[in-house]
Amino acid sequence: MALFNKSKYLPLGLNIFRKKDDIVINKAVESHETEADEEAKTEEAVVSVKCRGCGKEITKTEAGRYKICPRCGKYFRLGARERIYITADRGSFTEFDAGMSAANPLGFPDYEEKIADMQKKTGIKDAVVTGKCTIGGQECVIGAMDSSFIMASMGSVVGEKLARAFEYAIAHKLPVVIFAASGGARMQEGIISLMQMSKTSAAAAKHSDAGGLYISVLTDPTTGGVTASFAMLGDIIIAEPKALVGFAGRRVIEGTIKQKLPDDFQTAEFQLEHGFVDIIVKREDMKDKLAELIRLHYGKGGGEQ
Amino acid sequence: MKAYDNVKIARQLARPTALDFINHCFEGFTELHGDRLFADDNAVVGGLAWFEGIPVTVIGIQKGKDTAENIKRNFGCAHPEGYRKALRLMKQAEKFRRPVICFVNTSGAYCGVGAEERGQGEAIAKNLFELSRLKTPIISIIIGEGGSGGALALATADRVWMLENSVYAVLSPEGFASILWKDSSRAEEAADIMKITAKDLYELGVIEKVIDEVPGGAHIDFEFTANLVKHNLETEIPALMALSPEELVEQRYKRFRGFGEYNE
Repeated sequence: MALFNKSKYLPLGLNIFRKKDDIVINKAVESHETEADEEAKTEEAVVSVKCRGCGKEITKTEAGRYKICPRCGKYFRLGARERIYITADRGSFTEFDAGMSAANPLGFPDYEEKIADMQKKTGIKDAVVTGKCTIGGQECVIGAMDSSFIMASMGSVVGEKLARAFEYAIAHKLPVVIFAASGGARMQEGIISLMQMSKTSAAAAKHSDAGGLYISVLTDPTTGGVTASFAMLGDIIIAEPKALVGFAGRRVIEGTIKQKLPDDFQTAEFQLEHGFVDIIVKREDMKDKLAELIRLHYGKGGGEQ
Repeated sequence: MKAYDNVKIARQLARPTALDFINHCFEGFTELHGDRLFADDNAVVGGLAWFEGIPVTVIGIQKGKDTAENIKRNFGCAHPEGYRKALRLMKQAEKFRRPVICFVNTSGAYCGVGAEERGQGEAIAKNLFELSRLKTPIISIIIGEGGSGGALALATADRVWMLENSVYAVLSPEGFASILWKDSSRAEEAADIMKITAKDLYELGVIEKVIDEVPGGAHIDFEFTANLVKHNLETEIPALMALSPEELVEQRYKRFRGFGEYNE
């Protein structure tokens, strides 16, 4: 059943795998609740990072509000709070379950230490931040995953926060917007991590049965068990340009087929072409598009920004 | 016995397959083919049968008994069309209020180009979504390997049972060792800490029942294990059929909703 066009897939000779992972341009927590404006942040912009698109050094100021490389257009990965900051209307966000933190269901060696270390480094408790907010005046429940936290792998905390977010949305008749990003399952939680796939999918189904709108936004990278659960279950599925979106890891597939995959394999554009994504929306247009889509379903007038 | 010994037994070529159980536990199996969208995936078998006079839908992930059959069955690794065929048959079972019995034996969903192009992630996700609210009983039995999302797509069920030597995990011990320690040769060690055996998963509350095998594995005395499967179905199918569709779906929701450990 190898239905691919062989000419598209070059022989795997030189073993040119993907470059080591992306950088996260800004791990600092930007609480939008402080409403600090962009100018006030100039002092922080001393950090420069190498863009993995063009290899140039880019300062935070240059990357701007949306964290896009001004030279090559490459999107930097956003932390969960950065994502909410550019999506929610100022001052509208109220976080849910802010204190929820991972336990160690399998008694996995050094897992507690790993979690504590990641919490210190990222300023968040686990790989998703959830809450409610307005987007362009439209009320919704929002979730944003954060790939800087153990590759946004889904363990009990991610599963529980998302299930609760859907349940809150059911109780309050609200739409749900989730920005997915994930390397897959949280290895240290083993089978319990796997069960979060069914748990989040079941919660999405319940929200759907209650007539709720769920918009899934796929960001770089959305893979593994998250792709194979709630991320692919939106009534509307949006992706950011060039985001990696797939189920199996690239290296695993290359190992199976003994060929090198083309660069555009498992991109947002690939998923659009194959019918698994509704629209690709640029980061700077995302907020307006989300507001419009929610308004189309919930019929509440125009919105502030 | 170490966890990796179970892995070895679960992977044996002689391990009884889904069709072995289907043919032993049910009468008059009529296989139905295809997902009505793209193809018929031979890694997934499914159809209609009788169980003690009740019409049922049976579905299994099928491994081969030899190399030729394994090639035909893609070593029990389903493509998206396999999961979509399973879902089609489950929706059909829902329509006619037939219980669904699944036999799971897969190292995982297939990782390949076609599988990605046709939406392996979406296919699995859609099964989890639809199974969570399917208005008819679902019993899933892990009979060999229960490999990650590819197994879960047929195991989002009211009751999940495992044969004594079967394993159920988020990924293979080899893959686990390779990701965490960059060394796949530490698979035995990984198997020990992953909690993948039937006994471990029963203790964790992930499954409801462990079905015994004779020492050495179910292939040594297949009838012994297959009869136990049948006896258990004899009590469980009527018990689940007695519930209203709403109760059934609510209980299934709670079953999966409850998984997870965290601090607040």
